[in-house]
Order: sequence, then C-alpha cells, then structure tokens
Amino acid sequence: MLTLLFDGIAYGMLLFVLALGLAVTMGLMNFINLAHGAFAMAGGYVLVLLMQRGGWPFLAALPVCFLVPALLGAALERTVYRPMYRKPHLDQVLFSIGLTFMAVAAVDFAMGSSQQNLQLPDWLRQRWEFGSGAAMLGVGAYRLFIVVVCVALALGLQALLTRTRFGSRLRAAVDDPTVAAGLGIPVNRVFLLTFAVGSGLAGLGGALGADILGLDPSFPLKFMVYFLIVCAVGGTQSITGPLLAALLLGIADVFGKYYLPKLGGFIVYTLMIVILLWRPQGLFTREAR
Amino acid sequence: MTTTRRLVTHSALGALGTIACAAAGLLTPGFAAAQADALKIGLILPMTGPFASTGRQIEAAARLWMAQNGAKVAGKTVELIVKDDAGVADTTRRLAQELVVNDKVVALAGFGLTPLALAAAPVATQGKTPLVVMAAATSSITEASPYIIRTSFTLPQAAIGIAEWAAKNKIKKAVTMVTDYGPGIDAEKFFVDRFLLNGGTVPEKLRTPLRSPDFAPVLQKVRDAQPDAVFVFLPSGQGAAFMKQFAERGLDKAGIKLIGTGDVVDDDILADMGDVALGVVTSHHYSAAHKSPANQKYVAAFQAANPKMRPNFMSVGGYDGMRVIYKALEATKGASGEALLAAMKGQIFESPRGQVLIDAQTRDIVQDIYIRRVEKVNGALYNVEFDAMKGVKDPGKNR
Repeated sequence: MLTLLFDGIAYGMLLFVLALGLAVTMGLMNFINLAHGAFAMAGGYVLVLLMQRGGWPFLAALPVCFLVPALLGAALERTVYRPMYRKPHLDQVLFSIGLTFMAVAAVDFAMGSSQQNLQLPDWLRQRWEFGSGAAMLGVGAYRLFIVVVCVALALGLQALLTRTRFGSRLRAAVDDPTVAAGLGIPVNRVFLLTFAVGSGLAGLGGALGADILGLDPSFPLKFMVYFLIVCAVGGTQSITGPLLAALLLGIADVFGKYYLPKLGGFIVYTLMIVILLWRPQGLFTREAR
Repeated sequence: MTTTRRLVTHSALGALGTIACAAAGLLTPGFAAAQADALKIGLILPMTGPFASTGRQIEAAARLWMAQNGAKVAGKTVELIVKDDAGVADTTRRLAQELVVNDKVVALAGFGLTPLALAAAPVATQGKTPLVVMAAATSSITEASPYIIRTSFTLPQAAIGIAEWAAKNKIKKAVTMVTDYGPGIDAEKFFVDRFLLNGGTVPEKLRTPLRSPDFAPVLQKVRDAQPDAVFVFLPSGQGAAFMKQFAERGLDKAGIKLIGTGDVVDDDILADMGDVALGVVTSHHYSAAHKSPANQKYVAAFQAANPKMRPNFMSVGGYDGMRVIYKALEATKGASGEALLAAMKGQIFESPRGQVLIDAQTRDIVQDIYIRRVEKVNGALYNVEFDAMKGVKDPGKNR
C-alpha cells in the first residue's frame, strides 16, 4: 500500500516536471505549445549522449539537460515562435505539432529509433524497505531523488513567480503586453526568458524520466496526452494546480494499474473526464471572469 | 558462271537471313529479359518507428544472404525491393498491394508484427502470391491465408520450453506478465497450460498495455504475489527498461526468478543491459551464441557486413526466409504463384539456429527450442544454450 503510494507520488512528480513547462507557456504566455514533448526529449537525449558517449557523471549532466533545451527554446522562440504569438490558437497547434514531427524525424535520423538504455549510478539504484505486510514501504532511491528534485523545483518556481521582480513583470506582460511595454517592461525579453525556462524544465523532466518512462524518438507523441491532461485538470494559472493534478493522476494511475489491471490505462482518462465535467476550468482555476 | 553467281547470291542471302534470324532470335529473348527476367521480392518491414530494430536486422540478413548466394536464380536476376511500413498495418496492406499489382513480385516477405502480417494476408490470397513471414509470431497467422509460409517462430513454440524447464527446476508457483496483444496472449496461454499440466500453480496472470510507460504497479503486484518466478513476454525493445525496474524493485533479492521467451533478452539489446540480466533463463529458437559451425559462420559474416550489430532472432528469420524463397525459385526455374508456394513447403535445411523444416501441412516452421541462461562470454552478455527440445512443431496448431 505505502509502496504503491510512494510510487504514485514519484510518478506524479515526474509528470509534474514534464508538464510544468507546458503549464508555464500555455497558462502564462497563452501559447499552445504542443512541441513541448520535443524539448523534453531533447533533455533526455542530452543526458544519454553525455553519459554514454561523454562519460559524464549523472549529477553533472543534469544541469546541462536543463541548459541545452533552454538555449534551444530561446533560439526557437526568437526565430519561429515569436511570429506565432498573435496568431489564433489553431495556427499555434498546427505549427507546434509540425515542429514535433520534425523533431521526431530528426532524432530518429540522428540517434536511431531504438530505445535508449541509460545506466544510473549505483547509489541511485538502491532500495530501502521499512515495515512489513500491508504497511510495508519500499523506497527506490531514484524515485526518492525525483521527488526531492521536483519539490525543490516547485517551491523555487512558486517563489520566482510570486516573490520576485521578474515574476511580477511576467504577470504584467501576460495580462497586457502593450501597457507593460509602456511601463518600460521589456516584454520580448521577459517572454524569451520564460519560454527558455519552460523548455529547460521540459528538458530536465525528460532527462529525469528517461530511466522510468523510456526514451525513443516517439517520446513527444507518446507523452503529449499526459502533459495535456495534467494541464487540463490542474489549470494553468498557477504552479500548485498542475502539481496537485499531476500527483492525483500519478497516484490514480499506479493504484488503478495495481487494483484494476483490466482498466489499467483508462483510469487516468476517466478521472480527467469526471473532473472536467465537474470543473471545466480545471481543478484549481478561479472561475473565468 | 551464272550458276556460280546464283549460288553465291543465294548463299549470301541465306547467310544474311540466318544472321538476321539469329540476331532476331537473340534479340527477342534478350529484350524480354530486361523485363521478365528480374525476379522481384517485396520485403515489407518496419524500418522506422519503435520496431525499427526488427526491420534493420531482417534487411541486413536478407542482403547478407544475397551477397553470399549471388543475385542470379534460374538464370534470372533477383531484385529485392525494401519498403518501410513503420509498423502501421494500413501501410503494410497498401504496400503489399502495390508490390503485387505494380511490381509483380514473385513473393512478399518481412512483416515485423502480427497485425502487419494479418493486414497483408488477404493480398497474398487474392494475388496468389506466396507471403513469407520473417518475424511476426502469433500462432494463428499462417491460418490467415493458404499462401503464408513462416520462417521465424511462434510464441507457443517458444513458451512451452521454459514452462517445461520451470516445472523441473523447483518452480512451483509462477506469475505471468505479458504485453496485451496477440503474441503476449499466445505466450501466456501456452506457458500457463503447460505449467499447470506439470503441476505448477499460477496465482496471477498480468497483462500490460503495449504502450506502458511505467512497470512499477505490475512489478509490485508480482512481488506481492510472492511467486517462485515471473514469466515475461515483452515485444523486443521494452526488455531493457523492464529488466532494470525488476532489479530495482528488489524482486531478484526477494527470490523471484525472471523467466520468459527470448524476446526479453534479445541479442540486439542484451549487450547494453548490464549485469542485471545475468542468470535470466529463457527459451527460444535462436541465440547468437548458438554453438554450430553454420552459426559461427553466419555471425561472423553478419558482423563483418554490419560492424555495429549483433544478429538476433529476427535476423535469422530473414536469412532463412530468403533461403526458402531462393531454393523454391531454383526448383520452379523462376515460376511464381502456386508452383513457388508448393516448392517452399517441406523444405528441410540447416539454418544458423539448427535443423529446421517448413511443415508442408501447416506451412509453419518446425525447429529446436533451446533453454538458455544469460552469461558473460569474453566480457559480453550472451544467451548460452544448455538444453534443447528437438523438432518442436507449433503447439498452437495441434488441435
């Protein structure tokens, strides 16, 4: 029981980091970026390349997995994303899904289409067990590591958005770009930074998830649905919304697959439908004004 | 004089005529040869997408066969047309139709997954074109068309070997965990039947979706059932991720053995799996470490032609498939259709995996099934065979 709960939390946390960047671009910047999974995949492949070809240690490679997709995101934001901001949402969806297919094909060409195999360091492959019987708690070191990193990220981002000058500038720029620009806020630069951070988070999520979720060129398409569900259920106006939604979905998914294996994958969708019927705006969104 | 002149003229004309006739005679078949003397074989494989490793292995093996045996059969040139279906059944069917109708192939071959082979089966029946399945392994495939021949294996064939071994090796209670589609269900059914027959018990039969992001819940369930062993079938490619989570969850330390069909420890990915795979026992029809001169020659030639690859069980299905087509074409002198199909049935030959037979009645392959354990050989992981069941017919058809 407790082991399952822990696995569910870890899985949820992973979904959270993966979806967080999407929540940031979609909720804060009002841009539907379906290519989000491609940035996550980029992070995963950076980790694989660094560890397998470069022989880097895991911990040293992780920040690079944030940086490379972030820089990639920044470059793309400047060149192809910016003209799309003022276009209707359908255009954005078509554009970013096209970008996803290009990423899939490019990675397939460059890295081959087979599953990448990652070797984690030994200290992350341990497992501790406490108690026995129904109350037994089995904790995998790697899953614990994911939970810790994700909690730190959530707290950090929440602070960044609510407590810092950048956070208030960002919120102002989203609410009314024209007035914000008039007040001397460098709207373009704020958006650029936000997009880069969002992409970097995706990359970090992809790198952390590579071991558990697997990594191959179809990654962005396989997990797009999960990111979108997290954002749809959690709402995109805050960090806490996606966090709680991801936890809820992760736990429900793990428990569902354990207790109702016949339904397995459907639990997540059923839950999403029920929640959206009850609160179409998402669980943690204030009513639209 | 006149007679002589006439004679000369006549003979000259005659000679000319003969030359002309000979020339025409030479030309006509020569001209036709450009069109009809090519024997085209259509190879449909997933070359991109999640099952690309299957496609790469089979293509490499088919090309190796052609490189070793020349491109001429019965005086005609063999031409291999490789098409990529990316693992999508609709595409497979369309490509099969194009190959039969436009390219007039003498045989269709390849087929990486069960749904892909089933999608192409009606095309083979309608076009009266033999279809050689080189990978897909659900038992029922050969029943989908009378034109289907199989050179890979069937999951019931592979699964009973390990069921027999488990029952004899102090495994009384086993849980099964298979991927929820045709081959997985076949593997589960035949493992469980044979295992129960030998006095074992199966408290849980678990199935995971084909796209399963996280194995944590099923593995926990396996652990809580506390069996002596867990029998696993996963399509090749997922094995590595599964194996890692198996060890991380401490199932090996809890005394639960990992057994299965050979797909989990596919030669294509085994080398990268790391020591977690050591000691895993599986049953299958081919291992790159199979000890026979034919296989040693095969592995050496394969690796010389494809330096970064190790041949796996998919490759051997492709290699033997090409052999079956070649030998049948030799027997029919290049004729296609029913005659070619008949020539494919009943072939007996020495494959890199050992002696095999294409059963004339079921059109399925009869072969030895080996019990293997993952061991280190010269620093690399291999499936080392230590026992065998001789001449196994597909148990799925003994009804």
